[in-house]
Amino acid sequence: MKITDLRDHLCQVYPDLCPLFSIEFGDGVLAVPCGNLFDAASDLRDLGFDRLGMVTAVDQAEEFELVYRLQSRSMLAGIFLKCSVPRENPRVKSLVDLWPAALWQEREVFDLFGIVFDGHPDLRRIMLPEDWEGHPLRKDYRDERMIRRPDYI
Amino acid sequence: MGLDVESRRVVEVEEGGTVEELVVNVGPSHPSTHGVCRVIAHLDSEIVTKAEPVIGHLHRGIEKMAENRTYLQVVPLTDRLDYVGSMYANWAYCRAVERLASIRVPDRAEYLRVIVCEMQRIASHMMAIGSAGADSGAVTQFVYAFDQRERIIEHFEELCGARLTYNYVRPGGVSHDLPEGWIESLLAFCESHRKGLDMMDKLFFGNVIARGRMKGVGVLSAEEAVAWGASGPVARGSGVEWDLRKHDPYSVYPRLDFEVPIGSNGDCYDRGRVRLLECYESCSIIEQAIAQLEPGAIMADGVPRLLAPLPGDAYDHIESARGSLGVYLVSDGSPRPYRMKVRSPAFCNLALLPMLAEGHLLSDLVVILGSLDPVFGEVDR
Amino acid sequence: MSGLIWGAIYGLAAGMVISLAAFIGVWGERKIAGRIQLRYGPQELGPFGLLQTGADTLKLLLKEDITPAAVDVRIFRVAPLIVFAPAAMSLAVIPYAYGFAPIDTGVGVLFFVAVPAISVVGVLLAGWSSRNTYATLGGLRAAAQMISYELPRTLSVLPVVLLAGSMRPLDIMDAWQWWWIPLTFIGFIVYFIASLAEINRVPFDLPEAEAELVAGPFADYSGIRWAIFAMAEYGGLVAASLFGAAVFFGGYLGVPGALGVIVFVLKALVIALLMLWVSWTFPRMRPDQLMATAWKVLTPMALIQLVLVGAVISWL
Repeated sequence: MKITDLRDHLCQVYPDLCPLFSIEFGDGVLAVPCGNLFDAASDLRDLGFDRLGMVTAVDQAEEFELVYRLQSRSMLAGIFLKCSVPRENPRVKSLVDLWPAALWQEREVFDLFGIVFDGHPDLRRIMLPEDWEGHPLRKDYRDERMIRRPDYI
Repeated sequence: MGLDVESRRVVEVEEGGTVEELVVNVGPSHPSTHGVCRVIAHLDSEIVTKAEPVIGHLHRGIEKMAENRTYLQVVPLTDRLDYVGSMYANWAYCRAVERLASIRVPDRAEYLRVIVCEMQRIASHMMAIGSAGADSGAVTQFVYAFDQRERIIEHFEELCGARLTYNYVRPGGVSHDLPEGWIESLLAFCESHRKGLDMMDKLFFGNVIARGRMKGVGVLSAEEAVAWGASGPVARGSGVEWDLRKHDPYSVYPRLDFEVPIGSNGDCYDRGRVRLLECYESCSIIEQAIAQLEPGAIMADGVPRLLAPLPGDAYDHIESARGSLGVYLVSDGSPRPYRMKVRSPAFCNLALLPMLAEGHLLSDLVVILGSLDPVFGEVDR
Repeated sequence: MSGLIWGAIYGLAAGMVISLAAFIGVWGERKIAGRIQLRYGPQELGPFGLLQTGADTLKLLLKEDITPAAVDVRIFRVAPLIVFAPAAMSLAVIPYAYGFAPIDTGVGVLFFVAVPAISVVGVLLAGWSSRNTYATLGGLRAAAQMISYELPRTLSVLPVVLLAGSMRPLDIMDAWQWWWIPLTFIGFIVYFIASLAEINRVPFDLPEAEAELVAGPFADYSGIRWAIFAMAEYGGLVAASLFGAAVFFGGYLGVPGALGVIVFVLKALVIALLMLWVSWTFPRMRPDQLMATAWKVLTPMALIQLVLVGAVISWL
């Protein structure tokens, strides 16, 4: 399905989500407020996006941008679902109830970014040891073992 | 044994009273964990009541490292993700960079990428099928599969000088053109590989003990496969028709004619056999791509040494031997990626292990783990 | 007193025979495995790599005999011998040449099928004393497996005993007729499979199960104690193929004098080769499948064979 067709289809079924939709680098992006994330994801799942491909986050200085990649087998299309959580006390509702695929992926985001997923049944560190301090993919993460970036690049 | 796991645990059972569970620590150093995975298995006699994978032993922080390297310097890092299928990570990353920097790749380079990636698929599946044999005790099957894999590795060595970490696909094209006589020897390999596959099909997948070990073990339903985000042979073994080469066609795959093998039962046998059947298709894709290959440039014009794409983010994914391998790149306009995320199919597939292994024997645990074909460079990143 | 001396001499001889058999057996197995797996096997040391086993044995002898801290030391140390001794003992009743078996006893067949069962105790003790979950699981598997396969193995040689009317191996050899081969062939198949299980070779090497139990009861052994386990396995292989060649294929019969021994060894060699071939081709079974095979397939097969032979005898 073409990206413009996807937009039209989305606007037709869920008119309230329509203004949040944009196209970046050929991919559809739906940027929602984090409070509505679960509902938007649920709507998209009902629309036919049956696979949760990826859960990740990006450290955007004041806030974390959560990025979900959804994939539809019936429409042969992908879409990004994005929301921004504040840096202080980042919390967002977990999508485990919609897709069990989120089980490990949200644990990874929790481990590396420190974003808390409410309603996640087993939110523990996954990559790093239990007693690790800090969340390494945050831009302000410091560790005495880190190597300084060379000056020549 | 050891680490911080108690070897016995008293649990209460529903019927009343208590039983003592044996807790076996499978890994991180164990012949059948395909790398450094640790599975804490709770056993009731030999039946697994709970299997909990503990990953991260190979976590090198590649996503963090990428933030401190230029776009070109990240390519060798991607080699170290899936070290059984380095070409895929190379390609997925390069596609994301090309999308971000709007680079158009010449046709010949696209064909070369398809050829090496299909070869990589065979090499990777040979590893999976071979270790499926080793996990169930058929060491000879392992050696036969590795014999086939070795010939592909030799071709790669001739092509780019490396046997494991190729660093072959670069943003804008590929690093080397084909050496002389390479195509002829590759075509000869495809011919002999089909015979090798026929033999493995009879020797291993036709063997009554091997069938008994794999059929009906670790059954994954199609609905669960979709909900858990499984992809690649793990999803296709369950009958989920999902192959990015067909369903989100990229590169020159629309010009090639091939089938996507689908399993029906979703057990270890189907997952393994789907891999075997995919190797036949890969042979045919290689032959078609070679027939359509035309002389030309192998690198896009005007790709700067120091790429600095415009701010924005891009995601691209390809079908690796393990499933949908995606790379998500965020650029802030500087010559280094602001954020790189690898959507690792092995990570998502491995999340299925606790569900699949429950209720099976300890012997099945290693077979199920092998059938998910995790590569821990990619799981742990 | 003389019995003790004879016992000592016999023990020494059996030890040497098994050592020699293991010596050649390891080399042969590696060569055969190499051929099956598209490689050469040992070829550097000595002609055809024959001395490779010697070098390996030397290495094993020189290695430190590690006793992990947590093990039950006395049991841990004695377990390899308990596994090895029955393999050596079972060689004693085999009729090697016309009128010669080292121990000529009226219950030779019973002795042969009963004595290897003692090695279960050794494997179980090895697994138990290691205080290691893998080893314990392996030991328990070994016990369950060997006890289950004891029955079909015993039943499988009974038809020959029935036909010969004696349990004395030399009597069996005297009474042996060529037409027994087709008549007892089912029995031989059962004997062959059950022997594979008895000596823990590949379709049935569950106690070791490298892929899941990482060598099971033998995981904590090193150096010479581990080598004794390996030698016991080869001793079992040699004994099983020799005995099979004797009772099912007439052993030394057909050729007079000393040449008979050569024929006997050749027949046993064919059976041993078959065992190696099977074990380098097949995957390993699962514990429940193993039990099912023993009780649902092999035992009925052995009983059918027994009934068949009984019917033939009553008809004669």
